[in-house]
Amino acid sequence: MTDPVLSARGLVKRYGRVTALDRCDFDLMPGEILAVIGDNGAGKSTLIKAISGAVIPDAGEIRLEGRPVRFASPIEARQAGIETVYQTLAMSPALSIADNMFMGRELRCSGIMGTLFRRLDRRAMEAFAREKLNDLGLMTIQNIAQPVETLSGGQRQGVAVARAAAFGSRLIILDEPTAALGVKESRRVLDLILDVRARGLPIILISHNMPHVFEVADRIHIHRLGRRLCTIRPADHSMSDAVAFMTGARTPPDVMEAA
Amino acid sequence: MSSQAEPTEDFEGIAARAPNRHAAFQPHRKGAMGRAHDLLHATPALVPMIVLIAAVAVFGLVLGGKFFSPFALTLILQQVQIVGVLAAAQSLIVLTAGIDLSVGATAVFCSVIMGKLVFDVGLPAPLAVLAGLIAGTAIGGLNGWLVSRVRLPPFIVTLGMWQIVLAATYLSSGNETIRAQDIEATAPFLQFLGGKLQLGGATLTFGVILMLLLVLVLAYALRSTAWGRHVYAVGDDPEAAALAGVDVHRTLMSVYLLVGLICALAGWVMIGRFGSVSPSATTGVIGNIQSITAVVIGGISLFGGRGSILGAFFGALIVGVFELGLRMAGANPQWTFLLIGALIIGAVAVDQWIRKVSA
Ligand SMILES: Nc1ncnc2c1ncn2[C@@H]1O[C@H](COP(=O)(O)OP(=O)(O)O)[C@@H](O)[C@H]1O
Ligand SMILES: [Mg+2]
Repeated sequence: MTDPVLSARGLVKRYGRVTALDRCDFDLMPGEILAVIGDNGAGKSTLIKAISGAVIPDAGEIRLEGRPVRFASPIEARQAGIETVYQTLAMSPALSIADNMFMGRELRCSGIMGTLFRRLDRRAMEAFAREKLNDLGLMTIQNIAQPVETLSGGQRQGVAVARAAAFGSRLIILDEPTAALGVKESRRVLDLILDVRARGLPIILISHNMPHVFEVADRIHIHRLGRRLCTIRPADHSMSDAVAFMTGARTPPDVMEAA
Repeated sequence: MSSQAEPTEDFEGIAARAPNRHAAFQPHRKGAMGRAHDLLHATPALVPMIVLIAAVAVFGLVLGGKFFSPFALTLILQQVQIVGVLAAAQSLIVLTAGIDLSVGATAVFCSVIMGKLVFDVGLPAPLAVLAGLIAGTAIGGLNGWLVSRVRLPPFIVTLGMWQIVLAATYLSSGNETIRAQDIEATAPFLQFLGGKLQLGGATLTFGVILMLLLVLVLAYALRSTAWGRHVYAVGDDPEAAALAGVDVHRTLMSVYLLVGLICALAGWVMIGRFGSVSPSATTGVIGNIQSITAVVIGGISLFGGRGSILGAFFGALIVGVFELGLRMAGANPQWTFLLIGALIIGAVAVDQWIRKVSA
């Protein structure tokens, strides 16, 4: 059996009296789309934040390609090639689309303007941002310099997904990336996710949309009460099975595939 | 795939047949108001600039050549140089959604340190200035550490620091003024920024030039470097900035350290402007309010992340124009305060309007 790209064992995260992660295990296999489903408050966002360095777990171990890692910040996870679309999107509303796409990894002009005066290469950043948004097909761009706050919720989500897809080199995490999107925009994001997998990158997809999950996921991690309840293959179960497991209406069969 | 997935194909099929337009960036507001809104959104320094030009024009028309002369206009620059430098510092803090009540006190404290080190310790003046700049930077750093690491509200941290620095100034100096003649005789370098350049009727002091350079350099750094973008992002939404890969602590520390340094520079500008070193200079008590006034009139949002430092500079100039213009017109100085008060409220109302965006 192949080794997971990313695995976690016994992750614990407490917020005061709330235990968001309760000895949670997690495995992501090479090149797969792993969906994570679970009720609101089950701890899905906390799990992916622990993986992406946004939250430091109280206990437990995370391994990236077999090596233990301890990300102290999202910057460190990003440097390791983990790119995340957070549920809150993590954008600065007053700054432009291009500024947001390059936040924390800005391009500088070449030559003395870049080295001495540290001048941003606006033109290159805007061209890149425009290209990535066009690739995504989510929007026709009129003004890449317009502030993100003038975009609709769906457009913002599109920018956040484009940012992750453009920069991810090891794996991509998407926390409810289609929650604010219309039917066609969701389709684009799903196609993009499939594109990314075709490039060989594994993806973690958190979603409440069962048809989407069952359409694109290779495996489904069902999260319940702060931990992994089970992992299923979409081919082996129906959507109502999955919902029954995640809400606790039914217990999953004990015999589960490993990992 | 399970049978329940079937319906997806259906409605997405219908959607796919719809005309292929989606989520385009349409200009969503039409009309003059909408365009004005977009313009102000992109260029927040526009309002104070218009007010400044209008104020100069009105006073120029009423007072004629007396006001509208190189001498009077550069006199305004000289009169606002201290507040102008402090406003540059205050702008940085306000952009991070903070406020700094200690800027004026820090400036006075640093000027006293510069004077004391020359006259009591016998340090050469350039070293004393350097020590003053370091002291200011350290005060800024302490503020920044308390705000960023200990997570105390900037208002409280700097309210405390204001009192501490003010008291330290009096305690360390015994409230003794170092006279201008003594400085001129012993350490003229302390007064360096008071040096004058005559260009026709215009008089520029080195302090004024320092203020102009400072504003231009900061405007460039805020607009065209990654650091500047991070300052805005942190002021806008620190959590989002952190998730997007900005080192929020480092950004805040850099801002507070820089602000401390700029306040110390303001202290040096004070020695140039007054010639003397006075622990009881009014800047220590009202410098904070003066700089906040300039920043607010300049259209920088007190909620952080919006506005430009040029706006704050225009704000400082507006106050200077009103003061000199009304004095020349022989009006009661209270009119200045009344008008400035109205401008403050007007500026905040405009800011609220600018921030209101219909997506
Ligand atoms: N920053 C936080 N502070 C306090 N409690 C939190 C915080 N983040 C999450 N929680 C709590 O942890 C639990 C799991 O939250 P979350 O991971 O967001 O769940 P999900 O994404 O599955 O809806 C919830 O009970 C939530 O209230
Ligand atoms: Mg969540």
